Amino acid sequence: MAIDVRIPTILRSYTGGAKSVEASGDTLAALFADLDARYPGLRARLVTEDGSLHRFVNVYINDEDVRFIGAMDAKLSDGDTVTILPAVAGGAGPLTGQRR
Amino acid sequence: MLRIDREIVDAIVAHARRDHPDEACGVVAGPAGSDRPVRHIPMTNAERSPTFYRFDSMEQLRVWREMEDRNEEPVVIYHSHTATEAYPSRTDINLASEPGAHYLLVSTRDPEVTEIRSFRIVDGVVTEEPVQIVGADATAVQSYKFGHSPTRLDYECRA
Repeated sequence: MAIDVRIPTILRSYTGGAKSVEASGDTLAALFADLDARYPGLRARLVTEDGSLHRFVNVYINDEDVRFIGAMDAKLSDGDTVTILPAVAGGAGPLTGQRR
Repeated sequence: MLRIDREIVDAIVAHARRDHPDEACGVVAGPAGSDRPVRHIPMTNAERSPTFYRFDSMEQLRVWREMEDRNEEPVVIYHSHTATEAYPSRTDINLASEPGAHYLLVSTRDPEVTEIRSFRIVDGVVTEEPVQIVGADATAVQSYKFGHSPTRLDYECRA
């Protein structure tokens, strides 16, 4: 079960500079656990303490935003590509709710 | 320092004015490693809010892939503040996620004069930088901020 994972610039310090890495898992949660075993600390940048996806991290399986297909429970198949992109967000107002 | 074409700045300001009072946002892409912003990509503010912006996630995926295919990177990431100054808010600082980008802020709070300032935001540290406008009629002017209205350009230079 090989999943190609695209790593954004800001998180490449965890992957030794690699733009894409391979990991495995049949759900996004399992994939992130496997990623964290290979690249310690990476998972904490993607997932909150209660185990949900960070509000300002976008994760896509192939062409779909995982928020619309089950989030951490989204299913993965061999050969899928997972793309991680930090949300581009901000603004004059205060941030409400969860912080990164 | 941010060097950017007058034409692109005009297009960014027009975008910010068009979306006022909501915040406008977008990217100027350029060849990877060049630090040259050349391709203006206005983005949808998925929040449609006067106090918050967020790129639409599907549009961001499409645009980021396109940049990768063209060997480009986001040289400038811009957004507007519509009631406050063109300076990064705490939210802007907390969420800044492109350490290599110039964060360009545009304030449209004054209907006549648009304030534009540029910053680096890395690990929560904000560093303002000069903006050099280059283009058509220009004697390049180095400035920390400048005001724009349809009929004139005012440059405010600090020593």
